Amino acid sequence: MSEPIIAVEDVTYSYDGRPAVEGVSLSVEEGEFLGLVGPNGSGKTTLLKLMLGLLSPDSGEVRLFGVPVEAFDAGERIGYVSQHSTGKERTMPVTVREVVTMGRYPHTRFGWLRSHDREMVEEALSRVGIAELADRRINELSGGQKQRAFIARTLAGEADLLALDEPTVGVDADSRDRFYALLDELNDQGITIVLIEHDIGVVTDHADRVACINRELYHHGDAEAFMESDALARAYGTNSRMIEHGH
Amino acid sequence: MGSKTIQRLVLAVFGLGVLLLFVPIALGIMPRAFFEASCGLGRSFGTQIACYGFIWNALTTAVFIGIVGPVIGTYLVHREMALIGETLAHAAFAGVAIGTLLFAGSGWGTPLLLSALVAGIVGALAVQFLADRTGSYGDVPIAIMLTGSFALGTLVISLGGGFATVDINSILFGSIATVGGENVLLMAVLSIAIVGTVALTYKPLLYITFDEEAARVARFNVSAYNTLLIVLTAMVVVGSMQILGVILVAAMLVVPVAAAAQLTNSFRDSLFASVIVGESAAVSGLLLSWRYSLAPGATIVVVAIAIYLLAVAMPDRTGHASAE
Repeated sequence: MSEPIIAVEDVTYSYDGRPAVEGVSLSVEEGEFLGLVGPNGSGKTTLLKLMLGLLSPDSGEVRLFGVPVEAFDAGERIGYVSQHSTGKERTMPVTVREVVTMGRYPHTRFGWLRSHDREMVEEALSRVGIAELADRRINELSGGQKQRAFIARTLAGEADLLALDEPTVGVDADSRDRFYALLDELNDQGITIVLIEHDIGVVTDHADRVACINRELYHHGDAEAFMESDALARAYGTNSRMIEHGH
Repeated sequence: MGSKTIQRLVLAVFGLGVLLLFVPIALGIMPRAFFEASCGLGRSFGTQIACYGFIWNALTTAVFIGIVGPVIGTYLVHREMALIGETLAHAAFAGVAIGTLLFAGSGWGTPLLLSALVAGIVGALAVQFLADRTGSYGDVPIAIMLTGSFALGTLVISLGGGFATVDINSILFGSIATVGGENVLLMAVLSIAIVGTVALTYKPLLYITFDEEAARVARFNVSAYNTLLIVLTAMVVVGSMQILGVILVAAMLVVPVAAAAQLTNSFRDSLFASVIVGESAAVSGLLLSWRYSLAPGATIVVVAIAIYLLAVAMPDRTGHASAE
């Protein structure tokens, strides 16, 4: 078997002495769709940031595409969409096409955009079904359309790893379903996906593997096995309303 | 597309004008015949304005302010760092004050401008250091830097014999009479460096401005670009201070950008639109201030704000787009 896309080994991270992630080891294989679940404040986002090298672990090691994360420099291979990806556009004039074009920036760096870059952008726009919105200012788009634009940005960049941190917060149910159908399609084409999502139903429907954390790793394995195990109850605590509500 | 062709045409004419007219004036290589001819032309319209060397110096500086202020401001405003300019202007004020001690100068001598530049860049690096340490360009470190450097400047001036020895008015409020040839040259050099750097780093700066975290994931060196942006801001501020004054200099980083954001959909268009707004305000404000003996900085800022208010009052930009 080839080297995992992401390998996390015994990683610990604390904010000002408060541990957020403790002794977590897991790996993400090529083509996998990993759902990362856990209660609020359980360290999901921290773990994702550690995986991407946005944070450096206090101890332990992270490898991205087989390279130690601090030495990893093939930024174009990762597409990252967070809740925060949608913060600036309220006031900033920037068109959908400009946002998607940013996906090409790690390839071109300082150089001009070539016709190949522009083709990739147009292709990505149509791929997620927002080609006709390309010249609109991004703040004119609905929540679901915006998230499609951000996915298009990662596609334009030819990323082979998608890292998504609660991408559908504030998106209506219909658009959300279509968004996850799109993720499934991309995953079928071989793109590796790591998804943080608070709705466990969505995760078990779409992801093939689940990592459940609450500071420590409670479960890492098949989505079905996860539902049958008691990891959820242990990670969320027995009196969690979320479990009763969702299942 | 028609509008794109027009945009390119305007840009080409404007760029050519700056290159052929104002760069030679700044470099001091404009032939005398040009000034004599324009003086004569002005007289035939009944005005002496084109006959004064200092007007040409001030106008040239204003033209550069109208370019670099909005260009850097576009990144600052959309990064929600609008008050950085104000802070660095106050740091530069401390530099001017220290310069008056070191060089026994007053007003806007070139040595003072250079010591302002050094102080501005030191202030920029200090702001960036605080931002890196605290994780944001928070109000509190900014407010401490802003007031602290102004206090330092005031103390230094008091030590050096008080405000009687320094032309404090022109430092705080700007002046067109004191823009010497060397200062115009400095402004031109700064402007060319700023525009060149932005042209080269347009993509990473835009990416970081829009989505800093994604830019970090894409392995852009965000901290280095932030430092670059803030040092460029210090350069803009110091170059613009002579005319706009310490207190008002930040307006040219903010107001044209705010107006442009009302009028355009794309970032690229907003960058060009902000330069057009900034240029209109700088040039017309300067001429008005000369005509009616007003403070140049204040006049330029008021004209810019008038344009901004017009832009806000225009039909809703969103509705405008869908009607096309």
